[in-house]
Amino acid sequence: MIVADKKPIEEIITEVKDHESILVLGCNECVTVCEAGGKKEAGILASALRMYFLNQGREVRIDEVTLERQCDPEYLEELHDRIDAYDAVISLACGVGVQFMAERYHDKPIYPGVNTCFMGATQARGLWTERCQGCGQCILARTGGICPIARCAKRLLNGPCGGSTAGKCEINKEIDCAWQLIIDRLKALGRFDEYEELAPIKDWSTDRAGGPRKVIREDVQQ
Amino acid sequence: MNPKTPSKLEKILAAGHLAVTSECGPPRGSDPQAITAKAEMIRDYVDAINITDNQTSMTRLCSLAACIRLKLMGLEPVLQMVTRDRNRIALQSDILGAASFDIHNILCLSGDHQSFGDCKQGQNVHDIDSMQLIQLVRLMRDDAKFIGGDAIERPPRMFVGAAANPFADPFEIRVPRLAKKIKAGVEFIQTQCIYNLDKFELWLKMARDRGLHEKVYILAGLTPMKSAGMARYMKTRVPGMDVPDDVVKRLAGVPKEKQAEEGLAICVESIQRLKNVEGVSGFHIMAIEWEEKVPEIVERAGLYPRPKVE
Amino acid sequence: MRLEYSACIRIIRVPCTGKVDSLHLLRAFEKGADGVYVVGCMEGECHFNNGNFRARKRVEQVRRILDAVGIGGDRVQMYNLSSSDGPLFAKFASEMVDRIRQAGPNPIKLARKRAAA
Repeated sequence: MIVADKKPIEEIITEVKDHESILVLGCNECVTVCEAGGKKEAGILASALRMYFLNQGREVRIDEVTLERQCDPEYLEELHDRIDAYDAVISLACGVGVQFMAERYHDKPIYPGVNTCFMGATQARGLWTERCQGCGQCILARTGGICPIARCAKRLLNGPCGGSTAGKCEINKEIDCAWQLIIDRLKALGRFDEYEELAPIKDWSTDRAGGPRKVIREDVQQ
Repeated sequence: MNPKTPSKLEKILAAGHLAVTSECGPPRGSDPQAITAKAEMIRDYVDAINITDNQTSMTRLCSLAACIRLKLMGLEPVLQMVTRDRNRIALQSDILGAASFDIHNILCLSGDHQSFGDCKQGQNVHDIDSMQLIQLVRLMRDDAKFIGGDAIERPPRMFVGAAANPFADPFEIRVPRLAKKIKAGVEFIQTQCIYNLDKFELWLKMARDRGLHEKVYILAGLTPMKSAGMARYMKTRVPGMDVPDDVVKRLAGVPKEKQAEEGLAICVESIQRLKNVEGVSGFHIMAIEWEEKVPEIVERAGLYPRPKVE
Repeated sequence: MRLEYSACIRIIRVPCTGKVDSLHLLRAFEKGADGVYVVGCMEGECHFNNGNFRARKRVEQVRRILDAVGIGGDRVQMYNLSSSDGPLFAKFASEMVDRIRQAGPNPIKLARKRAAA
């Protein structure tokens, strides 16, 4: 899922402090799973903001709505009849949702309530770790299912580097050396001899480097 | 092996001599004296001088410019190039820049992560890795082609090197990694500095068992210890470094003012021992901030004067 | 035991402090409560295993929010005691009341009054 983390409330207040009527918009998908922007978090943020404004002696209307997702137009449409009541929206969706809202509701300021971090998985409750950077040409078949682009700090395709120590990355003892993991996996799969195959130079044009990307599926287009 | 390039280092190795290389770190400023003074100190005692490339990610005068300085002094530079800071366009471009000054040696590295240095908030590039850089230089040299396929006018004629660390984890892939670099086209190796001679000899034996010592020249890396404190620091704080307890003990066993002398002795003894090990083609002496001791080490190790080649 | 504790305390009983949500605490302050304290079992003795640990974390979260919005984090507090320890309950009660008296009334109440005037 897309993993995000709550923005500090002070930062959010700085952005919205001059508005008179604010909608706090949660999202029921990824940000709910990583406990950053779901219905619960929307409720907490809204409550905190109400107290902030009341303490300033100001009557500011703060409402909460949580949409199923903010990355599909059908769900954003659900706000169509009520959005004029607000002069700002704080979206707790990932960066995708914030932007999609801004595109749909062109004249409405949409502020991000979370910092969108990475594509990752729940390693344990309260701990989410990165797994994928969306390079656009998945090489997991050759690396035992472990991605050196997302999990090696130097994205080496023929790693490890000389700094790998006791299975950990040179930059931080808490980070696993991706190449140690790959080697262990190749051994477990009985494919350790593949380690000596040279991985070719990567085509990064399908990565961020090639510009904003899109996927088109003509077979499902209407 | 017949030399393929005009590299003096390659010629010395091809002639069967033990080569001696050393390294200079460029300054954190633009004063060329900082390079030329160090290089002049070791001129007659080494066959080639490595110039590091923003080592430990501390921004310094670039390796290419410093190599040009050495070339202008009539010395033989080894251009160290990391893939951390430049994409493939810049890497190829800098290689051509070096070649235009007839710099004939390159050491292909990934580079320490930028979080170690003075620009922790910067991006890193790693468009290609060190193995792919080896392939790239060979392509430019032997096929006279850019990676994009176009022909190169006056292609670089570079002797291609890489680093090897027999002491990094995991040990089981250290020799496969050497094999991989050889497959990529590497021609000489400089190892991480050696204190655990037994482990180094084990690694080298494993390489010999696969015949790798006949496919690449291996230069054993050495750094003289200045003190027991330095030994302890390198033992515990530097990733990929193996400093056995008895080395620390030996240094700690002499009074502080004698420890530097002891460190030099250990270095010279290591060279004497490794000279006799099959597969060692030379020595890479990295006396960081202690370059003035290189001449003494080379002399005491019986490696002076340096051979002359055409 | 017929021990006395302050009349300004309103008790809300829950089967386990683990049932207390951050939102319950926040809404109480929104509505003008001067202080909220959560009293749960001794750590390690929660009837439902770890409900009181969850409550503590939520109290900490709410404390940070109250500080950030200028209400004052010391208005919320977690206490642990054994369910039979009447005297300790009374002690916590007066401790909490003293602390809130020091902090003064919830600034939201005053702000509301001013706004209504």
